[in-house]
Amino acid sequence: MKFFAQLVRVFCISLLLSGTARAGLTIDITQGVDGALPIAVVPFGWQGPAMNPPQDIAEIISGDLRRSGMFAPLSRTDMLSRPQDGSQINYRDWRLLGTSSLVIGRMTAVGDLYKIQFQLFDVNREAQLVGYSFSVAEKELRRIAHQISDIIFETLTGDKGAFNTRMAYITSKVWRTNNVRYYALHVADVDGHNPQLVIRSRHPIMSPSWSPDGRKLAYVSFENRRSMIFMQDIFTAERRKVAAFKGINGAPAWSPDGTRLAMSLSKDGNSELYVMHVASGKLQRLTNHRAIDTEPSWSPDGQNIVFTSDRGGKPQIYQVSSHGGKPKRLTFEGRYNAKPTYSPDGKRIAMVSGRNGKFHIAVLELDSGFVQILTKSRLDESPSFAPNGSMIIYATEYLNRGVLAAVSVDGRVQQRIALDEDGDAREPAWGPFLTINNRE
Amino acid sequence: MNAFTRTLAVLLPVVMLWGCSTAPTTTDADAGGDAAMTTTTDSGMGSAGMGSGVEVGEVGGSEVFSGDPLTDPNSMLAKRTVYFDFDKSEIKSEAREIIEAHARYLSANPSVRIVVEGHCDERGTREYNLSLGERRAKAVQQVVSLLGVSSSQVEIVSYGEERPAAMGHDEDAWAMNRRVEFIY
Repeated sequence: MKFFAQLVRVFCISLLLSGTARAGLTIDITQGVDGALPIAVVPFGWQGPAMNPPQDIAEIISGDLRRSGMFAPLSRTDMLSRPQDGSQINYRDWRLLGTSSLVIGRMTAVGDLYKIQFQLFDVNREAQLVGYSFSVAEKELRRIAHQISDIIFETLTGDKGAFNTRMAYITSKVWRTNNVRYYALHVADVDGHNPQLVIRSRHPIMSPSWSPDGRKLAYVSFENRRSMIFMQDIFTAERRKVAAFKGINGAPAWSPDGTRLAMSLSKDGNSELYVMHVASGKLQRLTNHRAIDTEPSWSPDGQNIVFTSDRGGKPQIYQVSSHGGKPKRLTFEGRYNAKPTYSPDGKRIAMVSGRNGKFHIAVLELDSGFVQILTKSRLDESPSFAPNGSMIIYATEYLNRGVLAAVSVDGRVQQRIALDEDGDAREPAWGPFLTINNRE
Repeated sequence: MNAFTRTLAVLLPVVMLWGCSTAPTTTDADAGGDAAMTTTTDSGMGSAGMGSGVEVGEVGGSEVFSGDPLTDPNSMLAKRTVYFDFDKSEIKSEAREIIEAHARYLSANPSVRIVVEGHCDERGTREYNLSLGERRAKAVQQVVSLLGVSSSQVEIVSYGEERPAAMGHDEDAWAMNRRVEFIY
C-alpha cells in the first residue's frame, strides 16, 4: 500500500512537470484607465556564462504593470539609454520621454543561483524610491520578477500588488483523437504562464476552492458518477475524498483559518449548508430550509458566511453566522443574485446578477447596500477576488467559447484571458498571496 | 481495500496517461470503477430526439412486436427525456405521459433499476444549478413513486449544467438542456 502510494506520487509529480506546455493563457487588456502612469523598465544587465539570461526579468515586470491597466510601460525601442546602475541614469532624457518612474536592475549568475538587484527611481525628484537584491534558483526567476512588480506597484500606488499569485481554473474540451470530452483542473501563474495540470477526468470537475496557504485545492469531481468533494495538495498531488454523502456534495469553501470547509450537501433531503472540520471530518449543519442553500463564502474574519438561497422564491444572497443562526437576506434588486464571494477586506460581495435574461458580475457594498454592475456580456459567472481586492477574475462567453476575464473593482480596467488551445475555460479561482522570504 | 487505496487505483491509469503526450484512448478516470454503470452516464450526452423541432412519424401496424417494450421505438418508453422551464422544476403536462409510461414499466418490472438524471442550462450559477438539477430529478422521482415504483429502483443524480445535451449558447440549446433523463 505504501509502495503503491509512493508510485502514484511519482507519476503525479512527473505529470506536473511535463504538463506545462498545455492549456496556457494569454492575457490582453481590453480596457485600460486614462492617465496610466508612465514608467520605464530598462532591460536588466546580465553577467553570466550564457549569452543571454534565462529570463527577461524586465519584460516580465513590464507585462505585469501593463496588464494591471494602471501603468503604461515605455517601449524598449523608445529608450534613449539603458542604464544598469544609478550613476548611469540621465534623468533629463527620461523626463523628455515623459517617464515619471524608472526601473533598472542587474542579474548575475553566482554558481547555481542568480543574484537579482533592482532599483526604482522617481525621475522628477531624481531619487531612488526603493531597491532590493535577491538570490534565487533559475526556476524561481519568474516568481521573483512578479515579486519585484508587487514592490513597484505598492511603492507607486500605495496598494499591495497581487502579481506573485496563482489561479486555478477548469477546462473542458473534446479530444480530437477519440472524440471524448475531458474536464481538467489547472493551476497557472496569474500572468497565464506556467500552467500545470492538477487533475483530468472524463467526468465533470467543478468548484475549485483554495486553502488559505495556497497549498491545497478542494473541488467537486463526478468521477464516481455523482458529485463528491475532494481535497488535493497541488505540490505532492496527494488527494483524498472529503465528502461523498448521499445526494449532492458540492460548493466547497475553505475557512480563512484553513481548519474548516463549508459545503452544500443534500444528504438530509435537499441542499443545505454544512461546515466540516477538516481534520476530524465532523459536520455542523448551518441551514435548515426546504429551499436550495448553496455557494457558501466565508467572511475574512471567519465569523459569517454568505450563500445563495431561493427560500424567497428566486435565488438571492443571504448571510448567516458561521456558527449557525437565522439567515439574513442581503440582496433585493433583480430576480437572480447568486454565487456571492467576500472581498478580502470584507466590505463588499461580488456576485452573479441576472437582469433581463443576462448575467453580469456585480459588487454589493455591504455598508450601503449599493450594487454596481461591473460587466456587460450576457453569461458572466464565477467571480473571484484578487487577494489584494483590486481585481475580480470571472468566466464569460466570447465567440461561442468559455473564456476567463478580469475586471477592476471600479470597472475601469478589463482583461480578457484566453486559453492558448481550443476548448472552454471556466470557474477561475484566484489563489492567496505567495511569499518568498529571500530578500537580502 | 480502503477508500484511499481505491482512489489511487482509480487515479493511476489517468496519471500514466498524463505522463505521455498522446491523447487518452480508452482508459479514463473510472477505469477501476464500477463497470456496470459505464453505459448509463455516457448516454447522457445524446439521448432520444425530443425537441429537435422535427418528429418523423412511422405508420405502424405491419410488424408484430414481441420484445421488451423498452426497446420498441414506437413505445412511449423510447422517450427518455422530459424538459423544464428556466429555474423551474415543475413537471410540464407533456412530460407527464412519458413519466407515467416509465412508472408503469418499472412497477411491472421491479427488478429493473434506473438512474434519474437532472440537468440545467448554462444560465445562472453552477452550484445553484447542481441543486436545481437535483430538484428536477426529485420532482420526477416523486411522480414515479406516487405511481407505485419502489424507491430502491430509482437512483437520483444531478449534473447541474455540467453535461449539456446541446452545446450552443441560445434558447434552442438551453431548452434541450433543461431536462431530466431516464437512464436504464
